Amino acid sequence: MHLVLFLIFALFALAGAANLLLQKHPINSALSLIVVMSSLAVLYLLLGAEFLAMAQVIVYAGAIMVLFTFVVMLLNEGREEKTWGSHAARVVGFPAVVALLAVLASAILRAGRHYGMVSLSDGITTTQDLSRVLFRDLLLPFELTSVLILIAILGAVALARKDDGNA
Amino acid sequence: MNTPVPADWYLLLSAALFTMGVIGFLSKRSLITVFMSIELMLNAVNLSFVTFAHEWHAVKGQIFVFFVMMVAAAEAAVGLAIIIAIFRVRGTLTVDQIDRMKL
Repeated sequence: MHLVLFLIFALFALAGAANLLLQKHPINSALSLIVVMSSLAVLYLLLGAEFLAMAQVIVYAGAIMVLFTFVVMLLNEGREEKTWGSHAARVVGFPAVVALLAVLASAILRAGRHYGMVSLSDGITTTQDLSRVLFRDLLLPFELTSVLILIAILGAVALARKDDGNA
Repeated sequence: MNTPVPADWYLLLSAALFTMGVIGFLSKRSLITVFMSIELMLNAVNLSFVTFAHEWHAVKGQIFVFFVMMVAAAEAAVGLAIIIAIFRVRGTLTVDQIDRMKL
């Protein structure tokens, strides 16, 4: 059961990521990124992270991607031109990307012998466990993120404000 | 019926998604799609955090993912505001034509 669910949603995630790369219009890329994020939420649930699965749906697939689709529709940029990267990116970048994937995969496969299995009967990290650590041991970083988000809101408003010349 | 999955499959999926994010970052020509590729890379790294948190029964790994999500939300808000400002000044989002820092 776990294997089937993992394969289905891993396939969804990979197909969504590939579609993001292949689509020419930004709105199609944004929608396929939503597919990737939603299937990652299911994978979090399979790994027992119930709170993060919900947060992934609400924060990533909800809030952030709504912001992206709003900006895509607002700017109405249209299809991107078919220039296939700069010459340096093609000559140096793509072999480097293949090398990166090879290094990552070989390192994971070498270390993977020591890792255990993931199954549905492992139990979940409840929101209670998570909040106990978050609000007891890590209260200061948590409060600091609220300050960070406040600054980000102010910065976003200041940056996107239309200058009317006499400001 | 309850077939378990090796933990390194999750890590391999995370590596594959990260690599696809890097490819998108290098090859996409629209500024907003480049930004989406960065979000894809953040998500891929989050998946490996959750996998390791499950592997070592460490709640703090999941809390790290929570903080990454918060920072990503702040980053998306500021980044998209910058994209809107660039589009207002330059009238384009093609990265080849946005090659100067000064207006």
